[in-house]
Amino acid sequence: MVTNGPLPVLTAKDFENDLDVRWCPGCGDYSILAQMKKVLPEVGIPKEKIVFVSGIGCSSRFPYYLSTFGFHTIHGRAPTVASGLKLANPDLSVWVITGDGDGLSIGGNHLMHAIRRNINLNIILFNNRIYGLTKGQYSPTSPVGHKTKSTPFGSLDRPITALTLAIAAEATFVARTADRNPAHLQYVLKRAAQHQGVSFVEVYQDCVVFNKGAFDYSIEKGVKDETTINIEHGKPLIFGAKKDKGIRLNGHTPEVVSLADVSPDELLIHDERAPDSVLAHILSQMAQPYLPEPMGVFRAIEEPCYEQEVLQQVADTTKKFGPGDLNKLYRSADTWTVK
Amino acid sequence: MSAPSAEASSSSRNEHVEERDSVIVRFAGDSGDGMQLVGGQFTNTSAMFGNDVSTFPDFPAEIRAPAGTPAGVSGFQIHFSNHDIKTPGDDLDALVAMNPAALRQNLRSLRKGGILIVNSDSFGKNDLRKANYESSPLDDDSLQQYKLVKIPMTSMTRDAVAEAGLGTRAADRCRNFFALGVLYWLYDRAPDATIDWINEKFAKVADVADANRRALKAGMFYGETAELLQGRYRIRPATDIQPGTYRQIMGNQALAYGLITAARLAGKDLFYASYPITPASDILHELAKLKNFGVRTFQAEDEIAAVGSAIGASFGGAFAATGTSGPGVALKSEAIGLAVMTELPLVIINVQRGGPSTGLPTKTEQADLLQVMFGRNGESPVPVVAAAYPSDCFTMIQEAFRIAVEYMTPVFFLSDAYIANGAEPWKVPSFENLSKIEVKHPTARVDDGTSGDGFLPYTRNEKNARPWAIPGTAGFEHRIGGLEKENNTGNVSYDPANHERMVRLRQAKVDGIADSIPLQTVDGPASGDLLMVSWGGTYGAVSTAAAEARREGLSVAHAHLRYLNPFPKNLEAILKSYKKVLVCELNLGQLWLLLRGKYLVPAEKYNKVQGQPFLVTELTEEIHRILGS
Repeated sequence: MVTNGPLPVLTAKDFENDLDVRWCPGCGDYSILAQMKKVLPEVGIPKEKIVFVSGIGCSSRFPYYLSTFGFHTIHGRAPTVASGLKLANPDLSVWVITGDGDGLSIGGNHLMHAIRRNINLNIILFNNRIYGLTKGQYSPTSPVGHKTKSTPFGSLDRPITALTLAIAAEATFVARTADRNPAHLQYVLKRAAQHQGVSFVEVYQDCVVFNKGAFDYSIEKGVKDETTINIEHGKPLIFGAKKDKGIRLNGHTPEVVSLADVSPDELLIHDERAPDSVLAHILSQMAQPYLPEPMGVFRAIEEPCYEQEVLQQVADTTKKFGPGDLNKLYRSADTWTVK
Repeated sequence: MSAPSAEASSSSRNEHVEERDSVIVRFAGDSGDGMQLVGGQFTNTSAMFGNDVSTFPDFPAEIRAPAGTPAGVSGFQIHFSNHDIKTPGDDLDALVAMNPAALRQNLRSLRKGGILIVNSDSFGKNDLRKANYESSPLDDDSLQQYKLVKIPMTSMTRDAVAEAGLGTRAADRCRNFFALGVLYWLYDRAPDATIDWINEKFAKVADVADANRRALKAGMFYGETAELLQGRYRIRPATDIQPGTYRQIMGNQALAYGLITAARLAGKDLFYASYPITPASDILHELAKLKNFGVRTFQAEDEIAAVGSAIGASFGGAFAATGTSGPGVALKSEAIGLAVMTELPLVIINVQRGGPSTGLPTKTEQADLLQVMFGRNGESPVPVVAAAYPSDCFTMIQEAFRIAVEYMTPVFFLSDAYIANGAEPWKVPSFENLSKIEVKHPTARVDDGTSGDGFLPYTRNEKNARPWAIPGTAGFEHRIGGLEKENNTGNVSYDPANHERMVRLRQAKVDGIADSIPLQTVDGPASGDLLMVSWGGTYGAVSTAAAEARREGLSVAHAHLRYLNPFPKNLEAILKSYKKVLVCELNLGQLWLLLRGKYLVPAEKYNKVQGQPFLVTELTEEIHRILGS
């Protein structure tokens, strides 16, 4: 985390600016913005050292609505701009705001590489399973059969799971939360900000115009306790309105068991610090309608940050060869003198 | 190491040594034969001796095309002289052909009566078949117009290095040094610098060092003992060279040094992001070695990430550059538009190669001028500068950075494969004598309350440049992006009149750079019959052809453009001072199109697109044709 002496006490209000927010009424983005404004004063970083970098899409308008430094870049490329910024100035707290189209489709390659390098970026992917800004085409996370403007007879594409991708790229911090769960959203954003290394957060987010209710199954009272499971480090995976069900591993396959039939010590215990990514991968593959979808921190491990290693290499070579002397460099080949 | 004297290698015999003003030689062999290496050694030795030198390495795109085939031939041409020269030369005085394929590919460049040295051990049945010879050209009279010298280099090298104890394969790899030795003898060069190089390079493999030394000396002794030719040649040190300390430098190396220098001149560290691509990769390689100069190199996952990270680094206050070739520029185009819109300083290096598409990756061409001028969506003006010769990369990349930060704009720097890989003597500068590059980041402001945060990121100075306020500076928090913005506030704006105003402002800013660049100079008469116009790596050939025409008494001037957008302010007047204008380019007429479009001059064009540089003789013929002389 970046610190800089005694900090002024900031509030959510300090992160507002005077631009009109132009998302559709009822959009899940409003909640994410509100929770972000509450979290930023709590992470202990001066406002001028915070930069939000985004790509293209509804989510990517995010930087305009904060009073920090911001860069609304081009479609899919936010991780590249954020990486260069962090490498040039590792002292900054750099956030990447992206969506399922921006991050997983047009920018999938950059997302993978920013993650595997473990640059200390906080990547927040708003997943609404639709293209909103272009007015309703299916996205890489839309389910098979999804009817949209570009798939009037149903989508044929098999969707990708954002967290599985991030885990395959060896993300050191992976979490999932939802726009309509403010307390959980704040908790996850704060954990992401505190993590040293790349943080990847998927936020289930409602597009009220083009994909309304896509996440109702996971958020509506009465069903969410059965369709989602809160995972916490060191604790067994238990869910259900009455906390009467758990997840047990059968070989490599998670299965739902009733606590009436099974002793709690047979349940899968969550370990976000497991050095390998096998458990995180299994959790990321748990999905409705067969299994409850995990919410919370899947993985949080410590690995060296890329930008620090870049600096270290500069320092090491400077120590080894001495500070670069340009006049010596110019003469670093055989020379001759013309009189 | 002391510079070898002119007499250092002269033998004691009373042999005939003929004086020459300049000589052009080419080493040609298989890609694995080490031709580039010995070419570089010959160049270095000649430069240190005091000759002016100019080189042209020409190699295939394939790392190892099938051995012995014409596709795998690699060549290295050196022009060295006792006077100032600007090109690697046209027709060869001597050709070394290590196999039949090299002979087939290069013989057409050898002048009649030129010296042809072949490795006769490599003209077996199989070797001949691979090069599509039905019978050996060494055995018929097809080569009788040349001075043919057949040397069994493979067997002689094996004998020479036998005591070093290498296996046959390793011994055969010393053949290139044998060939180099023969040429050192032929042109009266001392082997000292090369022996020093071998000792250093192979310090850890004593047997290889020993073998290469033996091969080199064996080549020299063979030349002397066998009295291969009637005599040998001497090219005295050049006398019309500016006094000073010199070294040899290649274009990409000069570019790398220039990048670090530009950053230092501004008190900045360099951020260089690149994705490997021929012929630009060597810039990344060179910079990656120089981290103790504070350089941060970033090998990105693709061309887009390279430019994206450079833009991010620039936003963060670094001196940021990305290097590539034409195909990479195509991929970077959208992001370059973002840099135009966000008005951030950035240098994009395009080391041009033959196109379109993958084209001719290792060959030179100048066909990306219109791409860098116009290859983006919308009205997207980007300044363009171009280096004229290898060491000019050092100077012009500093200019590119100066313009980028002074005007807050991305800038294209054009080089090409010919400049990138070509070597020439470079008068070593002193860092203290170079012009500083001034950079200002606002750090304190008066809050006038006109915007939420007070700071207005799109206000402009007298050059229409906006402030470069960097993250981390309290009170300067602001948002930028690719959407059209309102002047001054930088807020997103879809207002029609504002859009036109911003489009015109961005154009006016780039046009205004003409106030800060030197006026165009002309070699030759200030008015007359013919003005030759060129840009980029054709400088040497075009200037040489124009100078020769003037020596013939023709009224021919030459203007070589380093600034292609905007053009120097006096260019129009210059173009209109001559009866005829001839634009010479290695494309189908791209600068020609720009000049005609902008100035309505009836310019003519002379073009070549063979992946090869102009020959002076081609240009001379064109001059005579156009002047009817």
